This record gives sequence, C-alpha cells and structure tokens, in this order.
Amino acid sequence: MSSRVIRSTRASRIGMAVGAALILVLLTVPWWGDRASMRLLVEIFYILALAQLWNLLAGYGGLVSVGQQAFVGLGGYLLFILVIFLDIGAIWTVPMAGAIGALISLPIAFIVFRLRGHYFAIGTWVVAEVFLLGFAQVKGLGGGSGMSLPIAAIKSIAASRADRDATIYWLALALAVAVIVGIYLLLRSRYGLALTAIRDSEEASRSLGVDNFRAKLLVYILAAFGTSAIGALIYITKIRITPSAAFDINWTVTIIFIVVIGGIGSIEGPIVGTLVFFLLREPLAPYGTWYLILLGLTAVVVMLKAPKGLWGLFSQRFDIALFPVQRRLVRAADDKPG
Amino acid sequence: MIEWINSIVQGVLTGGLYALFAAGLAIIFGVMRLVNIAHGDLIVLAAFVAMVVIETAGVDPFVSMIAVLPFMFFFGYVLQRGVLNYTLGDDLLPPLLVTFGISIVIQNLLLEIFSADSQRLNAGAIETASIKLAEGIEIGTLPLIVFVVAVALIAALQIGFSRTRLGRAFRATSDDPSTARLMGIRQRHVFGLAMGVSMVLVAIAGIFIGIRTNFDPALGPSRLLFAFEAVIIGGLGSMWGTLAGGVILGVAQNIGAKIDPGWQILAGHIAFLVILVLRPNGLFPRTRDE
Repeated sequence: MSSRVIRSTRASRIGMAVGAALILVLLTVPWWGDRASMRLLVEIFYILALAQLWNLLAGYGGLVSVGQQAFVGLGGYLLFILVIFLDIGAIWTVPMAGAIGALISLPIAFIVFRLRGHYFAIGTWVVAEVFLLGFAQVKGLGGGSGMSLPIAAIKSIAASRADRDATIYWLALALAVAVIVGIYLLLRSRYGLALTAIRDSEEASRSLGVDNFRAKLLVYILAAFGTSAIGALIYITKIRITPSAAFDINWTVTIIFIVVIGGIGSIEGPIVGTLVFFLLREPLAPYGTWYLILLGLTAVVVMLKAPKGLWGLFSQRFDIALFPVQRRLVRAADDKPG
Repeated sequence: MIEWINSIVQGVLTGGLYALFAAGLAIIFGVMRLVNIAHGDLIVLAAFVAMVVIETAGVDPFVSMIAVLPFMFFFGYVLQRGVLNYTLGDDLLPPLLVTFGISIVIQNLLLEIFSADSQRLNAGAIETASIKLAEGIEIGTLPLIVFVVAVALIAALQIGFSRTRLGRAFRATSDDPSTARLMGIRQRHVFGLAMGVSMVLVAIAGIFIGIRTNFDPALGPSRLLFAFEAVIIGGLGSMWGTLAGGVILGVAQNIGAKIDPGWQILAGHIAFLVILVLRPNGLFPRTRDE
C-alpha cells in the first residue's frame, strides 16, 4: 500500500481563497470606509500582528516573554529619533526600526537566554523595565514626559489628512499580512519543522539533531524585528510618546490574552483571539477594569480546560486547518484530504 | 563619605524586606518548580486584607497578623489545590500563563474595590522612631525590625527544611517527585502546604510594606521583579543566598538613588543584569534548574 504526504487540504484551499478575497476587500476600505472604522481596523491590524509574533515566540519557540513591550516602545522611540534627529520620512522608519530592533535584540538575547524556562519570562520583563526607566532619563527625548511628532514629519507622510489616513491604513494592513504570511512560510520551511518539534518536546527535538538554541535565537530576533517595526507604526498613529505608555506591560498583557484565548501554537488562534478581543471590547470598554478581570479569568479557564484555546476546540472537533503547517500522511487508496 | 555608608546601611535594611518577598517565591520554586507571576500582587492583596482587618477590628498592624497570616495560608493552600496543581507538568506554559492571568485579575479587583488611591497601615510612633549609630547614620527602628524578622524567618525556614517532617517532605518532593510519592508523600497536599507557607511570608511582607511605605493596587509587578531578582542573584535553592540577593539589590537601589533619584530602581535592575551575565547561576547556587 502506498502512501504520500500532503500539505494543503480542501479547507486550507478554501481558507486561502477567502483570505485573499478578504484582503482585497480590506484594501479598498480607504475609498469607502469612514475615519473611525479605519482607525479601529488599523488598531486591529497591529494588535493582530503583535499577537502573531508573540505566538511565534511562545507557542512555537517556547520563549514565554512577558517583555515584548520593550520592542514596542523601542520601535516607537526609534520613530521619533529617526524622524527628528536624522530627518527620515516617518513611513521609512518602520522597516528601519525593525532592523535596529533586531540588532538590539542580540545582546538582550545574550542576557535573557541565560534564564531557563520560567525565569526567562520575568527576565524579559526586567529588560523592558530597564528600557522604560532608561528612556525616562534621556532629557533629549523629553524624559519622563515624552515628546510629540513634529507637524512637518506628519505632513511628510501625505499632504492631505485623507491621504495620510489611507497611507497609514495600507501600511498597517501590509504589516499584518506580511507578519502572517511570513510566519506561515517560516513554519512550513525546515525551520518550521524544527520549531514545531521544539514546541512538542524540547528533548525529543534535540535528540533528533535540532539545534534548539539556534532555532530559538532566530525566533527571538524575528519577533524583535516585527515588534519594533510595529512599534514605529503604532506611534505614527499615536503621534505622542511617553516612556510609561510605550513600555507599558499592557501591550504584552493584551497580546497574551488574545493568543491564549484564541489558541496558542497555531496561526489561526491569534486571529480568532483578536476578533474575540475586539468584539468584546467594543461593548465592554465602559466597564474598564471589569473587562480586564473577565479577560484574565477567561484566560485562566481556557489554559486549564482547553489549553489549545478556542481555535483548538474548533479544529479538533472538525479537523480543519486554514494554515496547514503540518504534514499529513494519507494512503493513496483513500486519498480524501479533509 | 559618611553619606555613602549611610546609603549602604539603609540599603541593607531594605534588602531584608526584599528577601522576605523573595523567600516566598524561592520556596514554591524549590518545591514544585512553579514561578508565580502573581507573587507581587499577592503581597499587595495581603496588605489590603490587613488594612480591612485593621479598620474593622480597630487593631494595630502587628496584631492584625493573627488574622491575616492564617487567612493567607488558607488562601494559598486553596489556590494551589484548586487551581495551580492542575497547571503543573512538563509544559511550562500553563503555570506561567495561569498565574499571569491571576495577577491581572487580582490587580484589577483591588483597583475596583479600593480605587487607585495610595494606602498606608498606621503603626503609630514606631514608624518614626530611630536609633543613632554614628554621626550621620541613623537607622529607623521599623526597618531594623523588618530586617531582623526577615533574617529570623529565613533562619527558621532553613532549620525547618532540614529538621522537620514537613521540611523533609518538601525536599524529597523537590528532588524526586515520583519517588517521594512512592514513599507515601501526598504530593498535592504538600504543594498546597508549600504555597500556604509562601503566602504566610507574603502576608508578613505585605504588612511590612504597608507600614513602611505607601501601597496601591498597581504596586505588585515591581515587587515581583524585586523578589525575582533577589532569588536569581542569590542563586536557586539557597535561602541564605536569597537574603544576600535581597541585600545586594537593596544596596544597589540605595546607591543608585544617592547618585540620582531617578536611578533608584534602574540601578537595582542593572546590578541584577550584570550579575546574571557574570554569574548565570547566581552567587550561591545550590540546585540547578533542569
């Protein structure tokens, strides 16, 4: 009996088609959408991208960082530094912030990778606090009270407000799509196989010849790259930056809840989590603290009762994967991919 | 010169409080390899519980310990047996993310109930009393009491671990959980007791914070970081190391504050990172985290 390995399934092909159609529709929003919904969509895009990157770190790399706000804030400050002191166009700072963030993540990895498993999480948090307190000491960047983006820099994005909004919107959409496609391609590559092996068992993957340290370092640097680039984008939309807001632990709190509730260790999970987060946030926002309490309790219950999150429950029940990164073995005789 | 010595002396005393934070964290990590991200928030919770006890019963903060300590022990035991025991296993994610969720829940519940206002536990004249050691060096009676209590508690824990039945159960479970179970140790119960003991330390630390400084619902995370830094600086598995870690952190912070008030916390973090680079296993490691 012969058998072969397949990667895509009918569900994933339908999913791809729907996804592509959705992206096409989203591309046209600036021509017909109002300002408020565009702003909301921009926020959804960057939170989704941050969640995907954290999921890559924690869900695949096993690196539970509670300090990703270090890179959000770093990206934000790089925007201001590059724009104000080097006169670089605001949009161009996004990739540059990513590259510089990745570079800075190397020495940080050198320090925090010394902490095993559990303690790694808190170590990354200490690093983020060092960034917060450090930037608050820099007088040239406004110290603790922060600074605003000069009007000229905002105008340099595009002359009219509508054009600026559209440019920022497309940039945010492009970043979110790039992050998801990038992670998808990474996970389907050889490195992805190594990462999935590490996710399932560190010992087993090591015994099969996977260089766990190298794979983890790669993931850490990639996450730093993406998170810093998104940080720059976030502060293009916010215009004003302060150390306490830029390096706020709540960036990480939000994305952790999204990933855990949606489903850690899958690409679909953070998408589901982001949708749930924003759907619940709109009606529950007036209740502020109670909303956070509800999210916290939900995350605890999900982790205890359904560790693979909402998407895990769904995909287990129906055996559906929209982003199939695994390899399926099917017998040639009854070749019926789900 | 004398000012610097004074900074160091004050730092040592603050370090005693940090060692108290850290000891609770060190016990549960030692016994069940659990890193409790809600540790700092539980310290703040204990301070608020004490505040309620003090206000309703009209007692002194020190007297309130009679109620707060058993309450927090019970709370810890139930938390461990009801929730945290189910997160323990080979996977690192569940304990981290569950305690992370609990941390956010506690913070926001406290915020909702007690508002964001700063609170303080009033202990009367002892708060301002001080002893003059030399010209320019005065130590507060209260910081001294805190330091002495911390040292005494760490000594008691060290003796408890090596001499008592429960201490043996803790160490046996820490070294080899499955063999310990074969020897008749009820693991879930032992874990519950370890968390209970950790929460007693948390309660004492919380009440001391309340008397020494102001506290508010947002204070937890920074206390978690101090506790964590003290544990790592000291080296895993050593209670005296934890005390040394707390003292080093306290001194670093006080020297930082002396140079520039904005550098207080930053100096502590930097001292921690430097030690992490130079001595990844801490200064006095006993066990390895494998």
